[in-house]
Amino acid sequence: MTEGVLFQVAALMLLACCAMCLYRIGRGPTPPDRAMAIDILGIVVVCFTVIMALSTGKDYYLNIGIAWAILSFIGVIALAKHLEGRWFDE
Amino acid sequence: MNSLVATVLFCIGMVFNVLGCIGLIRLPDLYNRLQAATKCVTLGTCMVLLSAVVELGFGDSAATSVKCLLCLAFILITSPTAAHALARGAHASGVSLWEQSVVDRFEEDGDPGVVRKEE
Repeated sequence: MTEGVLFQVAALMLLACCAMCLYRIGRGPTPPDRAMAIDILGIVVVCFTVIMALSTGKDYYLNIGIAWAILSFIGVIALAKHLEGRWFDE
Repeated sequence: MNSLVATVLFCIGMVFNVLGCIGLIRLPDLYNRLQAATKCVTLGTCMVLLSAVVELGFGDSAATSVKCLLCLAFILITSPTAAHALARGAHASGVSLWEQSVVDRFEEDGDPGVVRKEE
């Protein structure tokens, strides 16, 4: 199997993953479901940036991935604190 | 992909990603979904990052490899932390378990750290 086909199949699989995460974000019965699906979507996007970096050979895609991971983590922690009924500095 | 090891790691990672996202759709309640999705997707993405490190090596493109390792370590540390905080927050805010769940140790033992919402 050639390299390009492998990356194309992987990108299609990740597209399916993103669609499933978006389904859970739209459908999710409770707010924590949506927050969790946003977190998972962030990790899937990091995986996608790695594939872009490998297939194009440009390493600046990894910077996007790192920044996305950090922002997603901070957002989910803030939402979790809010759900627990605390302020952010406790 | 030149190296066989990198290709195998990449394929394993993609399979774990897809299985985790299917778990996100199919499982019955929040805690089951959190369990399946977080661990599977974290492992899958870490496998893909590791395959990138194996593929690129530490020769000419050492900077990219180190960036991949940084991203891997960050995801490996923060994703379980976020899942833990989210499960705890969801439990404190009163999201109920699936009706066929058999045990809830967190509720039985009590948790002095949790401040309930006063409404």
